Amino acid sequence: MNADMNLDTLVRDLVAGFEGEKAVAVSRRGFLKVGAGAAGGLVLALSAGLPSDAQAQAGPGGPPPIPFVPGAYVRIATDGKITLISKNPEIGQGIKTAFGVILAEELDAKWSDVTIVQADVNPAVYGTQFAGGSMSIPMAWDSLRNAGAGARAMLVAAAAKQWGVPESELTTSDSTVIHAASGKKASYGSLATAAAALPPPDVKSLKLKARKDYKLIGKRFTGADNDKLVQGKPLFALDVQIPGMKYAILEKCPSIGGKAKSFNVDEIKKLPGVLDAFIVEGTTPSKNVMQTAVLPGVAIIGKNTWAVFSARQKLKVEWDHSTASKDSWTDYVKQAKALSTKVQGDAVVKATGDVDKALAGGKTVEAFYQFAFVSHAQLEPQNTVAWYKGDSIELWAPTQLPNQAIVGGVVGLAADKVKLNQMRVGGGFGRRLLNDFVCEAAYLSKAINGPVKLVWTREDDMRHDSYRVGGFMAYKAGLDAQGKLAAFNAHMIGFKDTASGGTSTASGISANEFPVTYVNDYRASQSLMPLSMPVGPWRAPGSNTMAWVQQSFLGEVAAAAKKDHVEFLLELFGRKAGKGQDGADQMPGMPRQAGLNPDRAIGVIKMAAEKAGWGKPLPKGHALGLAFYFSHQGHVAEIAEVSVDKDKKVTVHKMTVAADVGPVVNLSGAENQCQGCVVDAIGTMGLEITMENGAAQQTNFDKYPLPRMPVSPEVNVHFVQSDFSPTGLGEPAFPPAVPAICNAIYAATGHRIRTLPITKEGFKIA
Amino acid sequence: MLKLNVNGQDREIDGVADDTPLLWVLRDELKLVGTKFGCGIAQCGACTVHLNGQPIRSCQMPASAVAGQKITTVEGLAKGEQLTALQQAWIEHDVAQCGYCQAGQLMSATALLAKNPNPTEAQINEFMAGNICRCGTYVRIKKAIKAAAAAGKGKA
Ligand code: FES
Ligand code: FES
Repeated sequence: MNADMNLDTLVRDLVAGFEGEKAVAVSRRGFLKVGAGAAGGLVLALSAGLPSDAQAQAGPGGPPPIPFVPGAYVRIATDGKITLISKNPEIGQGIKTAFGVILAEELDAKWSDVTIVQADVNPAVYGTQFAGGSMSIPMAWDSLRNAGAGARAMLVAAAAKQWGVPESELTTSDSTVIHAASGKKASYGSLATAAAALPPPDVKSLKLKARKDYKLIGKRFTGADNDKLVQGKPLFALDVQIPGMKYAILEKCPSIGGKAKSFNVDEIKKLPGVLDAFIVEGTTPSKNVMQTAVLPGVAIIGKNTWAVFSARQKLKVEWDHSTASKDSWTDYVKQAKALSTKVQGDAVVKATGDVDKALAGGKTVEAFYQFAFVSHAQLEPQNTVAWYKGDSIELWAPTQLPNQAIVGGVVGLAADKVKLNQMRVGGGFGRRLLNDFVCEAAYLSKAINGPVKLVWTREDDMRHDSYRVGGFMAYKAGLDAQGKLAAFNAHMIGFKDTASGGTSTASGISANEFPVTYVNDYRASQSLMPLSMPVGPWRAPGSNTMAWVQQSFLGEVAAAAKKDHVEFLLELFGRKAGKGQDGADQMPGMPRQAGLNPDRAIGVIKMAAEKAGWGKPLPKGHALGLAFYFSHQGHVAEIAEVSVDKDKKVTVHKMTVAADVGPVVNLSGAENQCQGCVVDAIGTMGLEITMENGAAQQTNFDKYPLPRMPVSPEVNVHFVQSDFSPTGLGEPAFPPAVPAICNAIYAATGHRIRTLPITKEGFKIA
Repeated sequence: MLKLNVNGQDREIDGVADDTPLLWVLRDELKLVGTKFGCGIAQCGACTVHLNGQPIRSCQMPASAVAGQKITTVEGLAKGEQLTALQQAWIEHDVAQCGYCQAGQLMSATALLAKNPNPTEAQINEFMAGNICRCGTYVRIKKAIKAAAAAGKGKA
């Protein structure tokens, strides 16, 4: 349940990426500043300027404290217009809206006064600005609430001074300060100038609202950009056009790591609209997975997108395959099957008690699971507009991890010479934590010494993804005389990076993986096969596959024990009820991660069972399946209702999601994420990327059929509104969905799916 | 010289190759970037526009083949500030996640309701199956279409 450790690499790289950009220590020289506003009025400019609890917890080596900067989060104009600033990339997770809601809540702003804008990329002001690991909400929760409450305190103080009454007699509501005794009222806009002249409040004096007093948090808000989106307004990097801009493609070797030797340069250069074509040597790959290098290949520069796309169809490249990957999925499957016969893998990750002895007597259950590589396939293909100007560079990029240092490194410029415009991201899913396409655009812009838009085709995207790693799991479990889980042995067969020898991103098993500490005799071990295909974080990295093998297998064990699945899981978690949360894998430099809490697990399992009608009569041919998983600090149980026809076509009719993620910020956005996770899970069950000779075999949606509307079920989402610190929802609702469906397929048919995609077992999502 | 009629306006475009798909003429030449590129092989629907009111995949349609015919893009749906019932429903039901597919979804949905103002669930599923939403917002797209259909009831 703690496969979040797989984000370790990401985070280490992230912190490394910001080395040298460390902001100066917190300056207390002021909290507010007055300046000319866009509307000509005065701006109450306010910054958090305060390290949040989360940052304080991170301790040494953590992200640098955020210094005071005027107007970083809240700006109030004299006309009453309130501008709130969202610091992290918007990738479809709804963070822009959620950040606005948190700020507006503590500010006590009227929602219709609020406009939310995307912050500049500026780590000196905002610290790390990234969208990953569902961490935007937990990392910003304290600092945004303080920023909102601090601005409110200033406005209250200004009104108190103006009216000569104590601050304690004042209340706020709907962007207005109110003195009930005298009936006096003043709008925030009218107080902005006076407030801006006051000294800043001490963060310790700020009183944050209790959950019961929330007016905005927990309600439904439509996305901040929805009005623009439905009118097709330019929001994405692909939409950026600047004068004199040229267009580029970069063809790379289909087998990962191959180099371009030569190509039909004369023919290509003569094609209509083509301005240039040349071999790209690339840059030295960094060991750091997130600081991606420019891979070698052939670039074509042209006067519009079609000129370079159509020229590419005529491109004939001679590749040097000597350095290319030879990876073959077929071979891996064979190797893994051979390895799976061992009860213990090459390395023991965690062992308690004596699992071999415990498994020697009594009833045991054994199973071998296999899951494929998959692609991110975010709908907006990779692209970036870059404009190299000699001593500086400006970029417009759809990145989840904007980082000037990485980009600057490619073109020999210091981080402060890189202006990076964060664009709305047309889907992330973890892929755009890698900045390879941003680096490529920078490189090409320097090569042609002018502005250029690099556009990847879908084929580029699927051939040069950082795939979700595939893998294998051999399980053996022992039951005691009462049919309770007594011993658990997990042998994970995964991958290690050929070059570094380190565990591949999101592969392997964590020492904290469930059900460790819930059974006495436990062992988790792993055997890793060398892999040179690029793999990286993919929505709930590690968890999205670990949940499937583990929760499917626990379903098998429950069935073998002849126990009701809900009762079986409740008994298992009940063993540690009231004992508080477990240890979790901690990420260096990041806020402390909360661990699995058995009481919260029990809470959502019960909620899902009740809401889904577990144990109640169902329509003929329908069956239910349950799964629970803890990831990204979110506790989520899901129950799938499916039917399977005689041709093994699976219809998911309904999915019930019960989640405890602490207080929900935007109910609409939160539900949307859960619905999306369920659809993503249903689709991904039927998808695979296979590779032969180091090349992906599926390169567009014809061979990689993403889920479409007809397979989308009814999704009912329920939240436990708890006072635990909130977490993000981009990921935690994905992991339990696939095992819930597979457990339901078993309930409907008696067939246990042990291979993904399910097409390998003759099943199909209808 | 290529002559197109886009969103009710006659446009003339110079110097594009004859085989240039409508998608890239709209985006690169006419700066109508609401129409999106997702796959280039008529699989995803991100590039959906209307040709004489019918939804087509503009990534597969040479611009020269539709010269003089009526093309509508997402930018041409609203009448000035007045959003269509579908656009309003999209906002009200908070349909979008990343939003990248939504222009194409709206163009397909608009064509659906023009043809069939009160579609059944099955008809919505069938008509919309050509549009991929990688973020999985189908639940809401369906809801928004039903809401807009209901709002349009009784109208011509
Ligand atoms: S880009 Fe035209 S259908 Fe995908
Ligand atoms: S909203 Fe992201 S692809 Fe549809």
